Amino acid sequence: MTAVGWLQILAFAAVIFAVTKPLGSYLFRVLEGERRPLERLFGPLERALYAVGGVDPRREQTWLQYAGALLAFSCFGLLVTYAVLRLQAALPLNQQRFGGLSPHLAWNTAVSFSTNTNWQSYGGESTLSYFSQMAALAWHNFTSAAAGIAVAIAMARGFTRSVPEGGARTIGCFWADTIRAIVYLLLPLSGIVALGMLATGVIQNFSPYLEVTTLEGAKQVLGMGPVASQEAIKQLGTNGGGFFNANAAHPFENPTPLSNFASLVLIFAIPAALTHTYGRMARDARQGWALFAAMALLFFAGVSVAYWAEARGNPAFAGLAVEPGAGNWEGKESRFGIAASALYATVTTGASCGAVNSMHDSFTALGGLVPLFDIQLGEVVFGGVGAGLYGMLVYVVIAVFLAGLMVGRTPEYLGKKIEAREMKLASLYILLFPLLILGFAAWSAAAPYGVSSLANAGPHGLAEILYAYSSAAGNNGSAFAGLAADTPWWNTTLGIAMLAGRFLMIVPALAIAGAMVGKKVVPESLGTFPTHGALFGALLTGVVVVVGALTFFPALALGPIVEHFLAEAGKLY
Amino acid sequence: MAGPRAREISLFDPRILRRAAQDSVRKLSPRAMAKNPVMFVVEVGSVLTTALWLRDVVAPPAGAGSAWFGGAVALWLWVTVLFANFAEAIAEGRGKAQADTLRSMRRETRARRVRGSDVEVVAASELRKGDVVIVEAGDLIPGDGEVIAGAASVDESAVTGESAPVIRESGGDRSAVTGGTRVLSDRLTIRIGADPGESFLERMISLVEGASRQKTPNELALGILLAGLTLVFLLACVTLVPLAAYTGVALSVTVTAALLVCLIPTTIGGLLSAIGIAGMDRLLRKNVLAMSGRAIEASGDVDTLLLDKTGTITIGNREAGELIPSAGVAIEELALASFSSSAADETPEGRSVVALVRARHGRGIPAQVPPDAKLVPFTAHTRMSGCDVGGRALRKGAVDAVAKHVLALGGALPADVLAAAERIGDAGGTPLAVCDGARVLGIVHLRDIVKLGIAERLARFRAMGIRTVMITGDNPRTAATIAREAGVDDFLAEATPERKMELIREEQAKGKLVAMTGDGTNDAPALAQADVGMAMNSGTQAAKEAANMIDLDSDPTKLLEVVEIGKQLLMTRGSLTTFSISNDVAKYFAILPALFMGVYPEIAPLNVMGLASPQSAILSAVIFNALVIVALIPLALRGVRYRPIGAAALLRRSLLIYGVGGVVAPFVGIKGIDVLVAALGFA
Repeated sequence: MTAVGWLQILAFAAVIFAVTKPLGSYLFRVLEGERRPLERLFGPLERALYAVGGVDPRREQTWLQYAGALLAFSCFGLLVTYAVLRLQAALPLNQQRFGGLSPHLAWNTAVSFSTNTNWQSYGGESTLSYFSQMAALAWHNFTSAAAGIAVAIAMARGFTRSVPEGGARTIGCFWADTIRAIVYLLLPLSGIVALGMLATGVIQNFSPYLEVTTLEGAKQVLGMGPVASQEAIKQLGTNGGGFFNANAAHPFENPTPLSNFASLVLIFAIPAALTHTYGRMARDARQGWALFAAMALLFFAGVSVAYWAEARGNPAFAGLAVEPGAGNWEGKESRFGIAASALYATVTTGASCGAVNSMHDSFTALGGLVPLFDIQLGEVVFGGVGAGLYGMLVYVVIAVFLAGLMVGRTPEYLGKKIEAREMKLASLYILLFPLLILGFAAWSAAAPYGVSSLANAGPHGLAEILYAYSSAAGNNGSAFAGLAADTPWWNTTLGIAMLAGRFLMIVPALAIAGAMVGKKVVPESLGTFPTHGALFGALLTGVVVVVGALTFFPALALGPIVEHFLAEAGKLY
Repeated sequence: MAGPRAREISLFDPRILRRAAQDSVRKLSPRAMAKNPVMFVVEVGSVLTTALWLRDVVAPPAGAGSAWFGGAVALWLWVTVLFANFAEAIAEGRGKAQADTLRSMRRETRARRVRGSDVEVVAASELRKGDVVIVEAGDLIPGDGEVIAGAASVDESAVTGESAPVIRESGGDRSAVTGGTRVLSDRLTIRIGADPGESFLERMISLVEGASRQKTPNELALGILLAGLTLVFLLACVTLVPLAAYTGVALSVTVTAALLVCLIPTTIGGLLSAIGIAGMDRLLRKNVLAMSGRAIEASGDVDTLLLDKTGTITIGNREAGELIPSAGVAIEELALASFSSSAADETPEGRSVVALVRARHGRGIPAQVPPDAKLVPFTAHTRMSGCDVGGRALRKGAVDAVAKHVLALGGALPADVLAAAERIGDAGGTPLAVCDGARVLGIVHLRDIVKLGIAERLARFRAMGIRTVMITGDNPRTAATIAREAGVDDFLAEATPERKMELIREEQAKGKLVAMTGDGTNDAPALAQADVGMAMNSGTQAAKEAANMIDLDSDPTKLLEVVEIGKQLLMTRGSLTTFSISNDVAKYFAILPALFMGVYPEIAPLNVMGLASPQSAILSAVIFNALVIVALIPLALRGVRYRPIGAAALLRRSLLIYGVGGVVAPFVGIKGIDVLVAALGFA
């Protein structure tokens, strides 16, 4: 580990800390304000979209209506994307004359993008036309991110609103929340960022692929396309689906350390800011900072281990003719280095982004454990846009429940009682994750059609299986590589995991909001414990780690942990 | 303390332990176990491992080693289930012992039931709500009810332990009678207030016995969380088998079951119902009957507590504290007049006037009122009492009543007397005027006496975060003075039953839980509206029916203890849940290396405890898991101690003891057991 490496990590953390409050306040005014900021600029587009959709932004929905609107909207997008991908050959902007996608690949890809996962069983430059990328996929990059923000805000309303006796138990209007998030935040920010990306060298064109002759005289085809405009929303919406197969390791997507740093900031910006938005909604900014602190603590723990493990290098190299202290360079871009790669891996998996600038499969056992465990924590280390906040709020329900019992009072959060119904929904939420990840992983490990896709045997192969399903269920989308996922079994089951990991978790989250919104707010007393202090932050962090660790430790012990000890003993896979 | 009050039962009462041991085997029936998902999983694991062990003994598969390990795991899984059952049985046993005590109050008696103009003799158990019975001197009262005619002295020591007989009479606030108490004199006509099995006593009996125990809201929520965690661990363990097979590790059902049982929250799962029953039991030992577990749990959440001034904050009776003569009247004359006019006043206030005169102005006061004196008793009409002696008409009463009296006789209330009366009122006291005919002699200052120790109790409520509100019929100024002296947070002056209801509703609309105590019939609606309503046993039947708790000692400040018991209930559950989950960390470090070491000996460093062998490691974890249930039974029964140190400090404390302690303890415990197992040659 080097001082420069740590400096990069700390500089990144400082920037995220700095943007949290202003961006969070801006989002608060966009989604909860009486008047929105810059309404003169964005208002016309906002109103035009309402007019097109026949939406009355003032008509609030109950949690059931809200969830229904979200599901209908996502389902519609999914079907259109499926159609576009299948019919690609007949659609415009197809410079390379790519054919339509196979049914299972089109299903997997459509699901993947509509769930904000962006798992890619294909290579972008060898499969998709510019039209497919720009219309089918970019649409989801915007809308799935906006829907995530909408759900988070709706859930926050459930906790923070006080509905008068007999008042409507509504949690907002899905259409208005989504449209506002796009018009006021995602679209303008993506536009600005895309220009910045161009400046660092990201390409933006509609040219056919270039065939060049390398210095060695070999022929090479260079993929082209409108990359910069895709790149911005890919990071900002924690989507992570690369234009090219190599994702952010590709020089046309992520050319310089500066573009790399900017990408990292974009990934965490909205998830971090949403904690502050939440604090504003709770009329107590400290409530938001407590969540921020718990997320930051988990992030620092992760990045420290990952950086340490990668900088230390592969223990099996000890005694070989490899420069000691060089660290593990396998699968990393020399223009980013070890620190920025370890940081990128932690950020992209902490948030459910899934863009990669290095190959996680090539990390050391412990270095690779960090991204895997980050996902398995439930994508709450800042998490996906929106998903991080609502996921963390579910953990808050459990932490508050335990803490409440320990101080001898029916648990209360922001003055609202946590009761059996909320516990049922929260239990459902935390149960779904192991069900999807461990269930499918166990099946794949036992079935010949599952095992046949694996490049590695033993513990490392197991890590690949676990990573694939964790990434899908957590809506992360990054891959551990080494797994040939474009088979009917993997495409289908990963698709199911992505769908369930998104919508079967959103529904209980919204149901919690619906149950909470109508509850009476009890004023705070000496008998209620504060949920804004360091103590609660620590408890919350503990609950997240313990639930995640207890659930996945046995499987992880067989995978990366055993692998680590084997590597220490000089055995590799 | 006479009578069969709830008694202190030793934790190690041999009779209860013996009965509990038998019950814990009886409770193995799957139907009983299914109510507790956590322990049900353990039982299924026990059956599976036993079946496998039997197979290994009868027909050992080729290449199998000794079957002792499978047998030992199966045995200890059974022990785990039995220990959990034992915990519940012990709590129930203690409850049953209490219930027997209670039941002795409900001796089978004969009752004389009035049917029209006839009187028939029936068994007390046949009485229904609304039946009217006649009870005479020497009889036991057959059931809870209300006196509708007559007055009698009743020995209630069976219920309250107080040996002095009390008066029960129709009308007013002394009309309630309790079944099992004995009429000492006279005859009462009583309307029975509850159907058999519905009376407080009977409900409490079934509650402490655990028969009709319904899960309280928090218990339900915790049960869901525990079931959720159990499912998570079930998934983790079941999927581990194929995942391990992929990496070349074959896991037997026995070790997988052992891992699962160690991980699921058996500690809290096994002790959960014992904690609930023990809470009832503790309450009963404080001589409080509760209608439901829900009421006890709610008392832990109380935000606002309404306390009647009289009887709760002040001792029921005012006491004469000072004599203030009017201008030109000698203090001796006022003293003599006060003495004479109070001689007929048998109220505690009247007696306190006599006592004051004797103590401070004793010279010249006769031992008795002269025999020719004509005593004039207090009436609601005159609101005065006094005596006519030696041609003088001495009267004593409320200032306005006396003013009216002297005005009628052509006199007037002197200005200095009026001023003194106002001063006394401002200071929280009550002035009584004394007159001789039309001449006003002066004022007797009656003082409210704040109960000894009430300020400390109120401070304790405040430390718990509970706001106390004093309810009084006094004017606001008087109320404010007493409120300040006693240290209540707020007061409701000039209270009427309607104002009281309004206050409760207001507080509840703010989302607060309200507790109150009461004894009168006019308290009944408020008692019913309050979230926790505790009626005094000395109160009316209507009050008792509206309340969800009854204090047999009729001590309103008992609510403090009830609140603490409610909090303890939740704290014990929360602390043991945290402990249970924290334990899993060490168990992972014991079992997982043991499972994988055969194929991957390189993971030996993960065996941080340095356990002797894989078998010993697994067995030690299972044994620890079983023993910890037994070790925590006393804590579950006693409850985690509540300290009013503020929620944040309390949480920090609990997390340190049960969270951090829960992580560390099993490392020590499992290692210790492993050393023993190895020493015994099993490793």
